[in-house]
Formats: sequence, structure tokens, C-alpha cells
Amino acid sequence: MSSAPPPLLAVTDLTVSFGPALPPVVDGLSFSIDAGQTLAIVGESGSGKTLTGRALMGILPRGAQVVRGRAQFRAGGEDSDLLSLPAAALRRLCGKRIGMIFQEPMSALSPLHTVGAQVAEVLELHSALPAAEIRARCLATFAEVGFPDPGRAFAAYPFELSGGLRQRAMIAMAVVAEPDLVIADEPTTALDVTTQAQVLDLLKSLQARRGMALMLITHDLGVVCAMADRVAVMRRGRLMEAGSVAAVIGAPGHAYTRALVAAAPQVAAQAAAATEAAAPAAAADAILAVSGLNKTYPPRRRGLFDRGRGAPVAAVRDVAFTLPRGSTLAVVGESGSGKTTVARMILRAERADPGARVAFRGRDGQMRDVLTLDGAALKAFRARVQMVFQDPYAALSPRMTVAEILTEPLAIHGRLSPHDRRDRAAALMRQVGLSPDHLARYPHAFSGGQRQRIAIARALALDPELLVCDEPTSALDVSVQAQVLDLFRALKDARGLSYLFISHNLPVVADMADQVAVMRAGRIVEQGPVAALFGNPVHPYTRALIAASPEPVLTRRLDLRLVAQGAGPPHDWPAPFGYRGDDAPPLTEVAPTHFVRMAA
Amino acid sequence: MTAAPDPRDRDGHYISPEGYDAAEALQELDRRDLDAPTRRLVWRRFRRNRLALASGALLAFLYLALPFAGFFAPYDPAQRNADAIFKPPQAIHFLTAGRFAVTYPMVSELDLETFTPRFAADTGDPRPVRFVARCGPDWTAAFVVRTNLRLICPPEGADLNLLGTDRLGRDVLSRLVIGAQLSLTVGLIGVAISFAIGMVLGGLAGYFGGLADAAVSRAIEIVRSLPELPIWLALSAAIPPAWGPVSVFLMISVILGLLDWPGLARAVRSKFLALREEEYVRAAELMGASTGRIIGRHMMPNFTSHLVASATLSIPSMILGETALSLLGLGLRPPAVSWGLMLNDALDLTAVEIYPWLLAPMLPVFVVVLAFSFLGDGLRDALDPYS
Repeated sequence: MSSAPPPLLAVTDLTVSFGPALPPVVDGLSFSIDAGQTLAIVGESGSGKTLTGRALMGILPRGAQVVRGRAQFRAGGEDSDLLSLPAAALRRLCGKRIGMIFQEPMSALSPLHTVGAQVAEVLELHSALPAAEIRARCLATFAEVGFPDPGRAFAAYPFELSGGLRQRAMIAMAVVAEPDLVIADEPTTALDVTTQAQVLDLLKSLQARRGMALMLITHDLGVVCAMADRVAVMRRGRLMEAGSVAAVIGAPGHAYTRALVAAAPQVAAQAAAATEAAAPAAAADAILAVSGLNKTYPPRRRGLFDRGRGAPVAAVRDVAFTLPRGSTLAVVGESGSGKTTVARMILRAERADPGARVAFRGRDGQMRDVLTLDGAALKAFRARVQMVFQDPYAALSPRMTVAEILTEPLAIHGRLSPHDRRDRAAALMRQVGLSPDHLARYPHAFSGGQRQRIAIARALALDPELLVCDEPTSALDVSVQAQVLDLFRALKDARGLSYLFISHNLPVVADMADQVAVMRAGRIVEQGPVAALFGNPVHPYTRALIAASPEPVLTRRLDLRLVAQGAGPPHDWPAPFGYRGDDAPPLTEVAPTHFVRMAA
Repeated sequence: MTAAPDPRDRDGHYISPEGYDAAEALQELDRRDLDAPTRRLVWRRFRRNRLALASGALLAFLYLALPFAGFFAPYDPAQRNADAIFKPPQAIHFLTAGRFAVTYPMVSELDLETFTPRFAADTGDPRPVRFVARCGPDWTAAFVVRTNLRLICPPEGADLNLLGTDRLGRDVLSRLVIGAQLSLTVGLIGVAISFAIGMVLGGLAGYFGGLADAAVSRAIEIVRSLPELPIWLALSAAIPPAWGPVSVFLMISVILGLLDWPGLARAVRSKFLALREEEYVRAAELMGASTGRIIGRHMMPNFTSHLVASATLSIPSMILGETALSLLGLGLRPPAVSWGLMLNDALDLTAVEIYPWLLAPMLPVFVVVLAFSFLGDGLRDALDPYS
């Protein structure tokens, strides 16, 4: 053991607290990183993983302070304790020897300076290089992090770049001074899956080329498996398990790690399991039939006298699908694909372009043309179709108790007596796995997962037939996500619910859905049963999505060739899939009930 | 901490001895510290701001004391004393001359060079001051009870003008105390009026958007761009001179309110716009809730507190407005007493130079305006107590 070189960073007994009276938020944490190695710190929200990274960089939020601990950092012949270093010395070290990548590149980059100036500033502060040399180094780094035109990137402002490119700029800033350690705090969480895959790959190749160590803070076990050598699992500020990725993910020893690994959804396993599932019943008993759904936003008007110039934005184009009663249709797409707009139009929260048809047939057998309903008929329709929102923190009014939240739909529709409503609220709470003792509480006392359960209970209060779920788990921790998905499945069986499930997350969808529709740029590009879609994806975009989804499987590496082929805009897709503008090929049936948008 | 992993042991596989129970984790409250109604959380947060708390307590005391202002005034505010014109402030001496509190009567003698009276304390003649005693004419407490009980009574046969007297020999302290009644309430009435207008117009603009929003927003900009002081002057000048002091007072409040609503309307509008996009409001819409229910049950409770903070922050400008109008002689009219009217006496620079105590009303204006600002800031900061 003594023959091995000392680690690059050895943290012992790190304890961070928001005040002497409060329990520590990071509690006795110890770990080490070797030069050139990747350590992943995994945890859910509130686990203290972000504060750990910030404590090392000396950028803890106001009120938080390091109570005790050491962080011995050995690089460039120096050996210093990051936690006891004076602020000025720590600043010299940060940026030069330690780089940081933040989660949200838009807020981490100054909007008033060009990307080039911000990256160059790192070198200006930490080196004595002449200006020309600094510029050359920056341009070289920009090329290295994958900017197609480094010169243009140098002169660009952050808002001129896409999310993925912004994160690349952030990475350039972190690595331009050739640090020995990069701390990356959820570097890809704000990005779409396909972009995430490319950014992760970039980090990995940079690391290999430069021999820098990476401390990767993440909640995603899939990312861990794709990136890390060693992993430390944190829960509520304490270390639960640590070791090599193979040991911790392959044979988790702690109950919490086991729960995390079990909760992480996997495409491959699910697709295999789904093949046996019977094809859904014929469309004869469709609860929802949508055809010709379009949404065009007028160009933005600037001021009172502007009539609006520029082209209108086509958010949704020619969407059609049928949802058989008692089944789940998942609509998958990245941000801006139009999936949420589809859901909102079906719910009449937004007006569809003329010519669309949304037919809803309730249990009573009566066919309703949703887009023309009004007054009492619309109110009756609302009782049959309910929505679960993405953000459980925003979906519950902070001024109402849980009981008020759950009884409100009943009050609106004048169902039951006030006393019976309360009993029903208690029953709903039990149904979503929460204790009825919580009824008198207010939403802010609950965790995200508990709030989402309450929101689901509210959606169930009117005994709906169709539940529209808009990214219902994307704001939740992985273990909570698995529980909520389990709840959705149980409810489906118990109440015969049908789901329209909107998501950006393919593995989650593989878990839940019978049918999947993949959307990109407002159109459905591939649609079919889960087994067909995952077992035999045809469209390059679907294949890119599947290839890009990180999974907690040790042997699986991201296939970037597939990602690169399908992740671009439609005109970059290979024939016969690619198209320009509105000139899209039709959906073609490649196998029974499996449709792909391609030229015949 | 037992069995901490050794950072040097890089191949080890550390497993914490702590347990984990998923079922228990499900029921556990995430934020036990936030397990209370919003109003209690707001109060908890507000309480931490000592300055705001002290300001709130001071203002509460001032407003609660208004109906009983006469108790704190040693004299009737209109009582003139021809022997004590422009008399300087007089002190109370505690534990002197074998008494708890005495004052020395001020004796005046005419300065033959300037022909102005010069006041000096007659230290050979200590007079006892009475506290919580009956003296002077009756005053009306809370509009019903008539009494002459006062906190401080001048000694028998002598005067006690703690803040001096004005050009008619009226006691400045007593006028200050009674003047608070009008000066402090003008802000409340004005804010109530501007609140009503701002709520309705801002609500219309925020909820309906489109044309209503454009119309209200333009109206706000037009009213905002009017020069404030000339409009005040023009409107106050239009009040018929024959009106009694109470009607004039009400009209002044109305004028102040009519010109102040744009700020509140803007606050309401932006809050409405923000809340309409909240998912819980959308959820209520998708439940089939009526517009009235959405506004009443979901939006109102979530923004009234913001409005209270905005209103609190706009009271000071009302008080200052009344002071400015009265100072210029276009606000309240004598025999009404207000801080602005008292400062009207101080318009003359020479008077201020020789009789600086005439500026005394500036102190309460200053204190009250600051207190409202601190209180409003504290309220605003406490409104989002969920973090």
C-alpha cells in the first residue's frame, strides 16, 4: 500500500453544516481520487453531494460552513488542505489545478461577455502567457471540446449557443488551464439525452487525453456506469457505500444502493419482457382517437404596432393516434418536440388549429368531440380526463391543506357531502400509499415524491378514465420515480385507467407503455408497440434516443455513432428518413402496427 | 462515526452499517421544519427580521394610540397662550428639589435691541409636574368618552411646553400628537382607495390580458408620466373653500389615492400573470373550476400577502404627499391639525433659524415613513417562506 503514489485528493471526515444547532448536511464523508481517475458521487436530492463539491472549491452557499475535515490535494509538487487554505490561495488553486463544471451552463456563463473572453479570463488569471498565446490556447481548447468553428465560438455570446454547446463552452472553461482535477456537478442533467451522451463522451475523451481526474456528481446510475472508475453513494449527507463501480453497482452491499440500482429503469430488460405482452385490443374500443392535430404559433409581436413578422412556428404537425381503453400510450421526445403541446390540446388547455379531431369515448359509450365541447359538457369531460403535472412543487397550492386539495375536485363537481368528501380524501391518500394522518398538513412539508402522490390522488378524486401524465417523474429522484411508476401501474390495474404518458425518458417509457410514439420537431417519427420499438427500432432518431440513454449496466457503453446519426435536425437524417421544412414523408407501416416516417 | 473508509485503501468496498427502510422513508416528512400553515411560516420568517418587527410594533402602537391621542397631549392643540409666543422647549428635571419631577417656569423679558421676548428658566422656582392626572379641557377618547385625563399635566399656575410653542403660543407637542390623527390616517384611506382601483384594473389586465391589458398598461404609463406635484396642486385647488376640515381631509385622501394606484395595479397585474401560469391554477382549470373559483380560491390567497406588502410600502408616499400638500398650503386647512400644516409654519427661513423647534414634526414623519418601509421590506422578504 505504501508503494502506491498518494491520491490526488484525499478527503477525510468532511462535515458541512448550516449552523451549530442543525444536523450536518454532509456528515463525516471520506473518499479519495487518484490522478486520472473518475470518482462518481451519487445521491438523490438532499444527499449533500453538491455541497461536497462546493465545499472543496470554497463556494458553499451563505450560511453553510465546513465544521471539520481535511481535503488533502497533491498536485504540481504542492500538498495543501483545500478546506483550511486561505481564500486567496484557494482561488489561485481553483481554475488552475481544479476546474468546475456547473449544472446550468446558462447561469454559469455571464450573458454580457463573449464565451471566448470568459474562457480566456481563466488563463489571464492563472498564467503569465501573452494575449496571442492565450487566444491560441483557447481556440485549441474550443476545437478539442468539439466546436465546429472555434473562431466563431470565441466571439459568440452564451445565448447564441444551444444548451449542448453552452455546456461545451463551460467544459472548455474548466479544462483550458489544464487542471489536474475537474469537479463536474450534474454536468448533463439540464441537457437532452442525445446531447447528454455526446457531452459525456467528450468528458471521457478529454480525460483520457489530458490525464485529469474527474469528480462527477450525479443522481444518475446510468451516467455512473458509463463514466466512473469508482463510486461513492451518499444519502442524507452520509456515505452509504463506496468502492469500484464493478463492486458497488455489480454487487451492491447496502440496502439503499440495492434500492437505487433496482429503481433505475433499463431499456434492454424491459423491451425483452414486453415482447411477450399481447398486442393491445383492436381499435374498436378506443377511449381516445386523435387525428390531424396541428398547432401553429403566430410569430411573436414586438409592441403595439407590430403586426408580427417572420414565419409562424409549427409546434405540432399532423399528429394522429388511437389509444385503446385500458392501455398506455407514451409520447416520447426531447424538449421542443411538441409532446406537451399535444397533451395540452387534448385537454383543451390550448386551442388546436382548425381541422383537428379529438374523439373521446367514455365508459358510458357516448362519443364526444373534445374540441367542440363547451359549458356543462366540457366540465363533464374534465371529470373523466385528468392531468398529472411534471413539477409536484408547483402543482399544489401552498395555501391549501392536503384535505382541501383532495376534496376540491369533488366540491367543484358537487359530488358527495362535505363529510363524505373527507372520507374519500382519506381513502385516496391510502390508495397512493400515504397515511391519512397527513390530510391536515400543507404541501410544503412533503418531499417531491410525496407531493407527486398527492397530485396523483387529486387527479384520481373524480374517478377519471383517462390520465394524462406530463413528465410525471422527471422532477423526482430515481428511487422515488420507480415507486411512482409502480403506483401508476397498480392504479391502472385497480381502476382500469388509460394513460397518455408524456416523457423524454425512454427507459421510463419502456417500463410503462404499451404503445410508444416518438416525436421530433412536432411530428411523430416512429410509432408502434413497445416491443417493436425497442426490439427493432427503425428510425435513426429512435435509435439515437435508445443508444443515448445511459443505463446502470456495466457492460453497456454508449454507441455514439448511432447517436450522431439521429440526433441532428430532420434534414441531417439519412435517406429515406430525412426531409426539409414541411416536406415530411408519410408514416409508413413497416410491420403490423409499427409505423415509421420514411419515404416509401 | 464507526468504520469510516480509509481514503488510502483504494480498492476497498465500504458499506455503511446504517440501515435503510424504503417503506419508512415513504411516510417520513421531508421538511419537518415547514410542517405548518403558510401564515405561521411567514410569521416565523418575519420574526427573524428584528428591524421590521420593531417597526411593526411601533406602527401598531401608534395606530392603536390614535383614538386616545388626547391622553398624550398636555394641552388642547388649539389653545393659544399670548404670553408664550415662540417659547423654546422646556425640560422636565427628575429627582430634583426633593421631588420626583419638576420643571422651572420660563420667564420672558423683552430684548430691547431686537424687540423679541427672551425666555429663561427660573431655576429658583421648581414646580412639580403631574403624571396621569386631570387637567385642561375635556378631549374625546375613541369618539365616545369625554375626559380630561392626561399623561402629563403642566404644574399649577405655570406652563409646560416640552417642544416649545408656535407663533400663536400653541403647544407644539400637543399639536404634534393630535396632528398624527390626520397625518397617519390620510395614508390608510388613500391606500385603501388606490388598492381598490389597483386591484380591479390590475386584475382585469392580468387575468384577461390582450386588449384589457394593453389599455390598463397604457393608462398606468400615462398616469405615471404626469408630473405629480402640479396635479396634486390642481386637484386640491379645486376643492371648494367653503368645505369643512373633515370633507377637505377626505378629498385629500381621495386625491392621493387616485394618483397612487398605478404602482399597485402593476403589482397586481404582474402577480396575476405569474399566478395564471402556475401549475396549480392550471390544475384547477382542468378540474373544471369556474373563473370565480380559480381567482377566489387559488389566486387570491396566494397574492393578497404580496399586495399587503406592496400597500405597506406605498403608505409612506401618501403621508409624504399629505405633508407636501399641507406644507404648500393646499392640503388640509386650519383649524385641522396635521404634521404638514405645522411644517407650513416653518416655511419662513428666518423663523426656522430663530425657532428651530418648529421643525419638530419632521421627526415623526421621518420615523413613520422609515418604519413603514422597514415593515414593508420585512413582509416582502417573509412572503416566500418555503426554502
